[in-house]
Amino acid sequence: MDFEPSDEPVALKILIAGGFGVGKTTLVGAISEIRPLRTEEVLSDRGIGIDDTDGVEGKTTTTVAMDFGRITIREGLVVYLFGTPGQERFWFMWDELSYGALGAVVLADTRRLTDCFPSIDYFEQRGTPFIVAVNCFDDADQYDIEEVRSALDLDPDVPVLMCDVRRRASAKTVLITLVEHSLRVLTASQA
Amino acid sequence: MTRWMDEEAGPVVRPYALIGGRTRSSGDALDLVAMVTATGGAASGGFVPGPEQERILTLVTTATSVADVASELDLPLGVVRVLLGDLQDHGLISIGRASASERILKEVINGLRAL
Ligand SMILES: Nc1nc2c(ncn2[C@@H]2O[C@H](COP(=O)(O)OP(=O)(O)O)[C@@H](O)[C@H]2O)c(=O)[nH]1
Ligand SMILES: [Mg+2]
Repeated sequence: MDFEPSDEPVALKILIAGGFGVGKTTLVGAISEIRPLRTEEVLSDRGIGIDDTDGVEGKTTTTVAMDFGRITIREGLVVYLFGTPGQERFWFMWDELSYGALGAVVLADTRRLTDCFPSIDYFEQRGTPFIVAVNCFDDADQYDIEEVRSALDLDPDVPVLMCDVRRRASAKTVLITLVEHSLRVLTASQA
Repeated sequence: MTRWMDEEAGPVVRPYALIGGRTRSSGDALDLVAMVTATGGAASGGFVPGPEQERILTLVTTATSVADVASELDLPLGVVRVLLGDLQDHGLISIGRASASERILKEVINGLRAL
């Protein structure tokens, strides 16, 4: 094919991770056009007593609604946001979601900081660029960024910022911080 | 916390009935944001697309991401993967992904700032 690279449509994938109630859905909704998207959770191992009359060998699935947002930068350049449920039963989704991802936003709530440990461990291991965005809930004690960084034992180059993802401007800053970080990681890997 | 659990889990359904109980074919490692484009060619091997596959072929006359195909057609991702795998195996679609360059990332940063 004779295309300039710029003629090929480019789609980028950003993951929004963190525990339940931390603000993933709010963030996706504040910044993007939310779209319905379902994936399957296969429950075949769990012996759920639903009978199989259709001849399909004992496979029962639940569909799980995912946070899915789309930001069109220009024609042919789209950023997709995927919210990734943080608990273990959804981990089957993580590998496919993180494959080829530009990066991840790990949302943290200082009242339950440990909720984001699995996400941080996961992205560190996969080598997926990530940032930590501390969602400032009204009734939470205020911590400074360095306190959060050391509590999470983050590498010094991982950006940490405070946010209120109910506000579009704040959600925007979070995404820009991530893409700038991903750009630094990409540039460093090519140097 | 069960409140959040309930919010995220959908009803128990059987989307696998649509694809005869298979899970994946060559759509196995399909990236969610890979771009799907109809080739416009004839199907190889006497393959006849099913109704859902016809809907996909109509949609992807312009390049469409795997996730958007699932969202537009309101089908779960695993089902869409299998349907796409069959279409690809029979030469009806091509699936590809352009990687992000520095130039693209800078464009994204500027685009986000301008939102
Ligand atoms: N005070 C405050 N509340 C927030 C913030 N972000 C989200 N919330 C609220 O927290 C609740 C859970 O958010 P949600 O986006 O559903 O969390 P998810 O489970 O991670 O998707 C909602 O009621 C939000 O309105 C924030 O930055 N500040
Ligand atoms: Mg949510």
